[in-house]
Amino acid sequence: MKTSVREGRGGVQILDLKGKITIGSGDVQLRETINKLVDEGKKNILINMQDVTTIDSSGIGELVGCYTSVTNKGGKLRLLHLPPKINDVLTVTQLITVFDVYESEEEAVGSFAG
Amino acid sequence: MSLSSRFENIEMAQHLCGKLLDPENLSDETRHWILMALREALANAIKHGNGQDRAKRVHLEMDVTARILRIHVRDEGEGFDPEKVEDPLAPENRFKTSGRGIFYMKTFMDEVRFQRAEGGGMELFLTKNLAGGKEKEEKGS
Ligand SMILES: Nc1ncnc2c1ncn2[C@@H]1O[C@H](COP(=O)(O)OP(=O)(O)O)[C@@H](O)[C@H]1O
Ligand SMILES: [Mg+2]
Repeated sequence: MKTSVREGRGGVQILDLKGKITIGSGDVQLRETINKLVDEGKKNILINMQDVTTIDSSGIGELVGCYTSVTNKGGKLRLLHLPPKINDVLTVTQLITVFDVYESEEEAVGSFAG
Repeated sequence: MSLSSRFENIEMAQHLCGKLLDPENLSDETRHWILMALREALANAIKHGNGQDRAKRVHLEMDVTARILRIHVRDEGEGFDPEKVEDPLAPENRFKTSGRGIFYMKTFMDEVRFQRAEGGGMELFLTKNLAGGKEKEEKGS
């Protein structure tokens, strides 16, 4: 998995993920990237999932872990451009309602302001 | 075949399984979920079964006909009691960072059966009915 971070309006951190978030490949990396942002005091995080090709239960677990650690630090973690199959795996484990998911980056970034 | 206990091998096995599945006979969707179930089965054998010990092997058999796919995975670990696995949908487990793999296998396959292997380790049987799968799905949508 490749990660890169951009800064959007209002200091929102946009994390573009590319590739696989699977066991032994990207799962730990995701957590480390998020923890680093949180440690730097950057608490509004938008994960762009558009180019994530595969996710497994470990990747899903990491997403949940990131959600918890960001939320516990008083931050917000939201998802952008969720591919349909990832939407499905979040849905069957009843996690889809946990995450705020956006289809437009503009709207997603704006949502942190409120 | 048998694989060494490395996560990198999951992809190779998925690739082979994908080759065995006839695209004429099933939808891309079904194929995707079968390969995800296989991934979860192998990940468990490598991680929980063999503890990523490269000297231990994961034994994989796949059988496919037009009607049915059978996958058999055996590890060389200690085995476990599947009755003790927690329900990932229970509210107290909702935010856990693990514990969803078997649930995904059960969601995407028609049968998921665990058995302690002779001489230690765990055996897992996964089955997917393929007969008329594609036709059925197309009619349903
Ligand atoms: N092959 C195996 N050998 C030993 N224990 C296993 C095996 N497969 C699964 N388990 C046990 O079942 C639990 C649930 O597995 P799973 O649903 O895939 O979640 P996870 O892998 O995220 O823990 C594991 O945590 C482990 O304790
Ligand atoms: Mg697992």
